[in-house]
Amino acid sequence: MRHRTEILPGMRESATFDRHVIYEIQRAAETGLYDIRGWGSKRQLPHFDDLVFLGASMSRYPLEGYRERCGTDVTLGTLHAKKPIHLQIPITIAGMSFGALSAEAKEALGRGASEMGTSTTTGDGGMTAEERRSSKLLVYQYLPSRYGMNPDDLRKADAIEIVLGQGAKPGGGGMLLGRKISDRVAEMRTLPPGIDQRSACRHPDWTGPDDLAIKIEELREITDWEKPIYVKIAASRTYFDVQLAVKAGADVIVLDGMQGGTGATQEVFIEHVGIPTLPALRQAIQALTELGMHRKVQLIISGGIRSGADVAKALAMGADAVSIGTAALIALGCNSPKYEQDYRKLGTSAGFYDDYQDGNDPAGISTQDPELAKRLDPVVGGRRLANYLRVLTMETQTLARACGKSHVLNLEPEDMVALTVEAAAMAGVPLAGTNWVPGRQ
Amino acid sequence: MMFTQTVDLAKASVRSLNERLHALEPERDEEGWRVLNPKGAHAIACGLRVPVTVEIEGHAGYYCAGMNQKATVIVHGNVGTGVAENMMSGLVHVNGNASQSAGATGHGGLLIVEGDASARCGISMKGIDIVVKGSAGHMSAFMAQAGNLVICGDAGDALGDSIYEAQLFVRGTVSSLGTDCVEKEMRPEHYHILEPLLKRSGCAANPSEFRRYGSARKLYHFQIDHAASY
Repeated sequence: MRHRTEILPGMRESATFDRHVIYEIQRAAETGLYDIRGWGSKRQLPHFDDLVFLGASMSRYPLEGYRERCGTDVTLGTLHAKKPIHLQIPITIAGMSFGALSAEAKEALGRGASEMGTSTTTGDGGMTAEERRSSKLLVYQYLPSRYGMNPDDLRKADAIEIVLGQGAKPGGGGMLLGRKISDRVAEMRTLPPGIDQRSACRHPDWTGPDDLAIKIEELREITDWEKPIYVKIAASRTYFDVQLAVKAGADVIVLDGMQGGTGATQEVFIEHVGIPTLPALRQAIQALTELGMHRKVQLIISGGIRSGADVAKALAMGADAVSIGTAALIALGCNSPKYEQDYRKLGTSAGFYDDYQDGNDPAGISTQDPELAKRLDPVVGGRRLANYLRVLTMETQTLARACGKSHVLNLEPEDMVALTVEAAAMAGVPLAGTNWVPGRQ
Repeated sequence: MMFTQTVDLAKASVRSLNERLHALEPERDEEGWRVLNPKGAHAIACGLRVPVTVEIEGHAGYYCAGMNQKATVIVHGNVGTGVAENMMSGLVHVNGNASQSAGATGHGGLLIVEGDASARCGISMKGIDIVVKGSAGHMSAFMAQAGNLVICGDAGDALGDSIYEAQLFVRGTVSSLGTDCVEKEMRPEHYHILEPLLKRSGCAANPSEFRRYGSARKLYHFQIDHAASY
């Protein structure tokens, strides 16, 4: 039971043992369980907010407002695949499982992405028919658990994403608590209904980059070299992981920073493992550039992308595209004030709800309860997501035009400076008002 | 078997072999393909989806017959990691030894290994039947979800660790059982599973010599009192 706290004059809250810390210690003592939740890291981290664009002036030539053409398309998987993916916008929908999300939510993601000419991604547990039908471009995740892994679905996909890790939990597997293992989810995953399901943290039939190269070769053989092969890594030893992924033969690298979301993970994992998106992206670009593979192996960055400003800054640092998960769910209606009363019954409030693992989502998104799931109309949800993607795209174009770019991929690090020393060091751009990049000679 | 096609991998690539096998139409008489000089090449005959028979004359590398559907793949030699991984249906028969992760994540079909299978045999199996006539290495049937793993020889350490609903039958010794894996009673319904599997595999072993292992189901719901077991 949570209580309101009144802060009276003279009361001083401890910075070390603040109210949240005290609550967590008390909760742990009462239950003997660590906290599991959804969402991503909630702590303050260096992020794209710490960068700003310089904009054109005397020495740069801007493009006219929303009128002059500023391209947004991007092609992924150009290195080896016979059929690369062409996206109309450089913003994709990240992998989220049917199981963690309702079938309606998965369909809505497909509808929204398709309306905007971009891709969505399956997740642990396999591909649903609704998702395939509603997604013009669908990336099929190939995960350690191989739940629902089916070669027929592999062939139906437009690209294959081998998942090594997730930004919210590098080195961790997944979990789907029993209350979300409905009969349909259980059947797709070949598990008894209602049990707490564990998703493996390492692949069952390969270990290390040399094996991964052979695994990629097998997947290419099975799909006759048609599909782009993505390799998704969590941001940790990013520089080396990116180089090894290239060596293994990836067409596309998906890099997920620690702000990336999850359906259910231990709080201690979410907040204390991995590195933020900002330094990870810079390290990845450095690794690709040193190999001479930047723009040849495409890079998708995810983890805390919220606005067109984030998209533009990620592209300026060298990413080919971004991927959104948490923001896409919010666009569908997650944490909507419309359901405030229901959130209150769960001991939370709109804007704070992160108990995706419980399956009681008032917005009907992270649930397998058919009554709750009905609250999300996939058509309406799809439309909301498309609107949001449209705004992200227009914002990105606005910033690109201000920097004089006729295509969003023409943005470059030179267009930005950092507001903090940390961000300057992590992003590898100068501290504003100086030409100083910490760590660079 | 009458071979209608012979592909010599000393002259042709694995890519061209697989491309031809993938192009086979499902509605036709069964064909027999013979593959010469595999020399440990990877991904031979993977992704097949029609009832064709492929015989490989020699050793194959990783992921031989991976994700097989309906086909029969016979290897006259040893195989590398992940033979018949994620098999959906059909038959894969190894007339030799298998490296690690044999039959990993397989959903269906039958994998027969005449010799020994290395570590992680049947890892995350999801319905496949596997018969190993020799012994199997450590961590076999790790997180095994469904299907049957028959080991006619001995099993290595941590057999069936974190197992779900797969059934394990071992004739020889078991070095150790993994977390939540226990020995269970052999009841008539289990002999009804084991006997036909042994027969289909051409194994003369007596079913009564086998012991059965499976999940204690104590880890199906996280309980703090079991924390020491994890």
